[in-house]
Amino acid sequence: MTNSDKAKRYWRTNIKYVLILLLIWFLASYGAGVIFKDELNTIKIGGFKLGFWFAQQGAMYVFVILIFVYVRLMNKLDKTYGYDVD
Amino acid sequence: MDVQNWTYILVGLTFALYIGIAIWSRASSTKEFYVAGSGVSPLANGMATAADWMSAASFISMAGIISFAGYDGAVYLMGWTGGYVLLALLLAPYLRKFGKFTVPDFIGDRYYSQTARIVAVICALLVSFTYVAGQMRGVGIVFSRFLEVDINTGVIIGMLIVLFYAVLGGMKGITYTQVAQYCVLIFAFMVPAIFISIQMTGNPIPQLGFGSELADGSGTYLLDKLDGLSAELGFAEYTQGSKSLFDVFAITLALMVGTAGLPHVIVRFFTVKRVRDARKSAGIALLLIVILYSTAPAVAVFARTNLIETVSNKPYAEVPEWFKKWETTGLITFTDKNGDGLINYVADKEQNELIVDRDIMVLANPEIAKLPNWVIALVAAGGLAAALSTAAGLLLVISSAVSHDLIKKVYKPNISEKGELIAARLSAVGAVCIAGYFGINPPGFVAAVVALAFGLAAASFFPAIILGIFYKRMNKEGAIAGMVVGITAMLLYMMKYKLGWFDETLPDKSEWWFGISPEGFGTVAMILNFIVAIVVMNFTKAPPKEVQEIVDNIRIPSGAGESINH
Repeated sequence: MTNSDKAKRYWRTNIKYVLILLLIWFLASYGAGVIFKDELNTIKIGGFKLGFWFAQQGAMYVFVILIFVYVRLMNKLDKTYGYDVD
Repeated sequence: MDVQNWTYILVGLTFALYIGIAIWSRASSTKEFYVAGSGVSPLANGMATAADWMSAASFISMAGIISFAGYDGAVYLMGWTGGYVLLALLLAPYLRKFGKFTVPDFIGDRYYSQTARIVAVICALLVSFTYVAGQMRGVGIVFSRFLEVDINTGVIIGMLIVLFYAVLGGMKGITYTQVAQYCVLIFAFMVPAIFISIQMTGNPIPQLGFGSELADGSGTYLLDKLDGLSAELGFAEYTQGSKSLFDVFAITLALMVGTAGLPHVIVRFFTVKRVRDARKSAGIALLLIVILYSTAPAVAVFARTNLIETVSNKPYAEVPEWFKKWETTGLITFTDKNGDGLINYVADKEQNELIVDRDIMVLANPEIAKLPNWVIALVAAGGLAAALSTAAGLLLVISSAVSHDLIKKVYKPNISEKGELIAARLSAVGAVCIAGYFGINPPGFVAAVVALAFGLAAASFFPAIILGIFYKRMNKEGAIAGMVVGITAMLLYMMKYKLGWFDETLPDKSEWWFGISPEGFGTVAMILNFIVAIVVMNFTKAPPKEVQEIVDNIRIPSGAGESINH
């Protein structure tokens, strides 16, 4: 595997991770919090209507988790490709 | 001890702390001045980014805005946090690997063009100045309300403090003061929130409290009660909101993308050592921001319920002391239209007798809930920390745009290291003075424009940076055309529909394109930027080979340490 092949494969995996995570990012905020809000609002957890909860709480928690998942995935990927040395 | 003395003590102590840090962390080279020597740990950078990001608007105004907007307030909550996912996944790691000092640095080098660099400088100055004027004003307001000094004196005190640590320490001084400011502001925001949550629901965690049953033993959920109260007075149900779905979508996206494109946020990621630190500190920053942002909607619900219960239909003669106190500042006004002596607080504008400024919801919240004096003083110190930390970050962007991007890179490339450092300090002084001037003499449109800084950033930087990283074929012609068209479209829409400069009166909402508000137009302008850039690119030459190699290089994380030593 040449250097540029290696770089290309690394980049493709990175793009795949990014796209999957951004899909979840979209579903948690624009999906659950905006588009499907009214449907989700029929479900209640404690005092929270679920659509309202996603818009004002849940989406933010998902965002934090997404970044840390990306950090872990990329640290692993960097190691596999030997890109973790400074 | 009374509130005033507590405020002097807490504000005095925190200011002494900031000055102490500034003296300890003086910058001795341009690298330290611009990017804190690129040696900041991910945790410190995360804290600094959080303080940099959370401005007077987040601390003082956001909970109040949500309080009156109900569900619609989610556009700010999601918009101002979701952008960090974009930053962490799409921008921060690559910009760190690129490893220069400023955003125009990236644009200028990636698009191999001084024109692109200058366009980027103009965009950076436009975004940062609109934003910083609002911060200085915020400092003045906190001073005048809590310490009863004149707003202008407040602005000048704030200017002197920022001047001291921004000029002396540059990015290094700013970073470590921001770390301290994060601690102050988060403590100041959480303490009253926790107190009130316990009072109202018995749950010490505000995020859970506002979804709990009331502590009065009635078995009603707080949110149900608020929905009921709102409906009774003729307001939209709190958990429903009233904006159109399309507009909610557009505003949220404009805020997210704008967040990811704000130069003062982006430069924070130049200060860490390695690419993986940039990713990690984006995560830490968002976690620390979400602590405040997830508490704000709870505070909004507590404050709104408290307000309605305390004043609605109560005799004006029997209002609590805080009501009179805030009345003198003009933030609460009561006119007894029907002359019955009762406070008639309803949605109908004709009959409504009470006007409450949204900032009250955070500033007066501790008093409304009858919390101890030191908690009230703490809110003042927290508000100042939030405003000062953001102002400092913005001033650095402005001064480095002038000393690094314009003087060093365009007009006087052979300037010495020492000369550039002096230029950087002088431009910081100049920037503070201009910001202070706007704080003292706010042009009428500043407040309206601050929220639109996001639209401007979304319309200019975000597409240019994303395309620069993810689209190797993108060339200078495309990027410049995209930025110019994007930011012009945003400015024109803003002037027409927000400032009303083109018509006798401000055009009505019904004239908005596709029902999109000026706040949400950043999304349209950003899409326009992408389209123009790609079309123009297709008719012009591919970028030179060296530039394509830069792109290949920034996509690989290793070796970030070397690239900074240029």
